[in-house]
Amino acid sequence: MNPRLRWKTRAFAAIVILSNALGNLSLTWGLRYGAGELTASPLTFLRAIFSPWVSLGICLLIAWLISRMFLLSWADLSYVLPVTAFGYVLTALLSRMFLGEQVTAARWAGTLLIMAGVILVGLGNPHTGDAA
Amino acid sequence: MKAWGLLAVIVASTVTADLLQSHEMKRHGEIQDFRPSGLRSVFRKLAGKRNLILAVACMAVSFFAFMALVQVADLSFAVPASAASLVIETVLARLVLKEHVDSRRWIGAALVAGGVWLLAL
Repeated sequence: MNPRLRWKTRAFAAIVILSNALGNLSLTWGLRYGAGELTASPLTFLRAIFSPWVSLGICLLIAWLISRMFLLSWADLSYVLPVTAFGYVLTALLSRMFLGEQVTAARWAGTLLIMAGVILVGLGNPHTGDAA
Repeated sequence: MKAWGLLAVIVASTVTADLLQSHEMKRHGEIQDFRPSGLRSVFRKLAGKRNLILAVACMAVSFFAFMALVQVADLSFAVPASAASLVIETVLARLVLKEHVDSRRWIGAALVAGGVWLLAL
């Protein structure tokens, strides 16, 4: 794999991870504080979508979606999925710090296991096609 | 119970969306031109692709279910628990997309899945 593609892959993986974790945090913050309760009525979803924090979360998640689509145009799904799973670790940290959630020992153990898996996969080549 | 039902919807729609998206983006090929004109051209080409439209619809279903889920469960549960789709997707990436998944990726994906299971306890 050439250095240009390696750096491009790492940069897009970082954008995918950050936009997803921060997007989920903003979305959850908005849904818990100010967007009102969601019911079966589509109107409650519409009202929530246009509240400020939920809107910001959606913008970040759109950035996540687009950057992930770009990444998938040259890197395998079986590489993209585990590597971007680092976002789960980041989300657990942000949930504890900003949402005051109780993250148990089992959840932290799971976090470390995910990190180990991410590092293992990250040591491999992100492209397994003909150009690899 | 409501949380697990919402989670099942999220996992099923995410798996479908990821497979459709990856299949269509691979058909398109690597994106190399990141100038505005190049990106406009990419979006024009991709906008009418049926698989991508279906993928976006599946992602919308997954997103609304996720919105409902974070109101009834912790975010530190909802996000990792939704990664239950990863194991299914790795298997399907091999079987449906015919990607080469080496032993290191299998082990890595298994560790991630084990971690997700622990996070969900």
